[in-house]
Amino acid sequence: MTAAAPPRRRTDTRTVLAYLVLTLGVVLTLFPFAWMLLTSLKSFQELFNLSFLPADPTLDNYRQVLTETKFVQWFGNSLLVAGVTTVSVLFFDSLVGYTLAKFDFPGKNLVFILILSTLMIPTEMLVIPWFVGVSDLQLTRSVPGAYLAIMFPGLMSAFGVFLMRQFFESVPGDLLEAARIDGMHEFGIFWRIALPLVRPALASLAIFTFLGNWNAFLWPLIVIQQPQFRTLPVGTALFNGEAGTQWGLIMAASSLAVIPVLLVFAFFQRQIIEGIVLTGMKG
Amino acid sequence: MATTSDLRGRRAPARSSSRPSSLRRHQIRTAYTFLLVPLLFFLVVRFIPTLTALRLSLFDWNILKEQQPFVGVENYRALLGDEKFGQALKNTALYTLIGVPAQLALGLGIALLLGRIRALQGLYRALYFAPYVTPIVAAAWVWQWVFSPQFGPVNTFLMWLHLPPQAFLTSPGQALPTTAALVVWQNLGFQVVLFLAGLAAIPRVYYEAAEIDGASPTQAFWKITWPLLNPTLVFSVVTGTIAYLQLFTQVVNLNFTDQGGPLGSTMTVALYIYQLAFGRYQMGYASAITVVLFVIILLITLLQLRFLTRRYDV
Repeated sequence: MTAAAPPRRRTDTRTVLAYLVLTLGVVLTLFPFAWMLLTSLKSFQELFNLSFLPADPTLDNYRQVLTETKFVQWFGNSLLVAGVTTVSVLFFDSLVGYTLAKFDFPGKNLVFILILSTLMIPTEMLVIPWFVGVSDLQLTRSVPGAYLAIMFPGLMSAFGVFLMRQFFESVPGDLLEAARIDGMHEFGIFWRIALPLVRPALASLAIFTFLGNWNAFLWPLIVIQQPQFRTLPVGTALFNGEAGTQWGLIMAASSLAVIPVLLVFAFFQRQIIEGIVLTGMKG
Repeated sequence: MATTSDLRGRRAPARSSSRPSSLRRHQIRTAYTFLLVPLLFFLVVRFIPTLTALRLSLFDWNILKEQQPFVGVENYRALLGDEKFGQALKNTALYTLIGVPAQLALGLGIALLLGRIRALQGLYRALYFAPYVTPIVAAAWVWQWVFSPQFGPVNTFLMWLHLPPQAFLTSPGQALPTTAALVVWQNLGFQVVLFLAGLAAIPRVYYEAAEIDGASPTQAFWKITWPLLNPTLVFSVVTGTIAYLQLFTQVVNLNFTDQGGPLGSTMTVALYIYQLAFGRYQMGYASAITVVLFVIILLITLLQLRFLTRRYDV
């Protein structure tokens, strides 16, 4: 692989090399990202200029996005959809993972295999029946109905069940038994004893679920019929038609959309990685 | 399921003879209570729709029409002669064959290098993660701009090196690899985190022992890292393949029209399904394709799990 220098004493040279390669990689990786940020600061006249840095940086694109488009509403919709689905996934996937790891009951393996097998069902296969069902129920016009229609597919995830089950396996049974002997209610044992022990796993599940639903595109594109229910990805994708191709606005909107997720990752990255380590790709 | 195994790891198993069975009954009742709502969810939102799709595929189902006649396997027979479907299938296979190995190699390479450095590790990690948190729609817009034939920075760079500018997304030959590059670029952050986690789970002692035995870093990689990383590698390959076989969002957003690139050169199976089901409302025919896609995913996943999974006892 990249680091194949044989002599063992030359660790310093290898470390310097690692930094060099990593820095080059970061530059290449971040180039499109930086391009997005910088373009969002360019004025309309400057957009088609080939220069990397804006000569005369302006926040005008941001002002326009925030005041002249539905951006704030889309942002709110996305926040609501991603927030509710994340809370739901964290709660239910933990509960199922805990039950599968810590209880013994007939049909346990069958339940686990059935839930896990849904990972192989392509979303495309589900969206057609979902669409037919949602149309039959005429959900998409009213306020709670439309949001429910957008978010229901994401309320639980098989991946999360797998992740949480792996983690709860490592929680000592004696601890739960002690609480049981003390007369604690079964749900209390889960909620107050087991759940706090799996915080890193919850952190990684939270970020990936939030991100997945924040970015969800196919189903929202299909199911949202009225402009006021558009989520950020759908709204931005349709930006093109509605505002003419206004690159500056698109870049500003996109830059703003990145902020919440990037902040969350920066704050919790240690826990996220620890969460994946501990939940273990133990197979 | 034997009663003895139920008492595994329990401190005070039986104070009276009636207690274990009532405890067990209580356990079973609690488990089913906890699972009630989630099982209902997976049944109603995942399993029943799968069966519905199977049923729809046997009908000439069009949501705009009054009649939805039963046509048996006619939709499947029509698929055999559908050239667009053939092209979509071929493209999807190409995406998978380019994308999965590329993101695995790059992700693992970066994770290995990150494991080598101490200072600024967190910063580098976050920077590599940035594309992953970029909304796909936004990333697609940026990509279109970066690879634009007229004013894109990549072509500017090529001209600067006195190389001929390329058509990229506007050329039938280059559009697919350029699109695949976007997907790889976006997935890289997740792959890096995944491999960092996998690497961190390998006990340090093995490397120390190998060094004492005089193993080179290359030997250590192939004898320790690679085999012990197997669960992570399998996870990356299996979930990566499933994701690439369903590629949709990037392809749609890289084209102003959702027709799948110049001459359909970036069209995927998922995009074709979308066009048929929600552009032309041919939901029966589209469902038949989803069933075929499901079977392909199922077979490939089972094959991969069968041949990639190894157990190492150390």
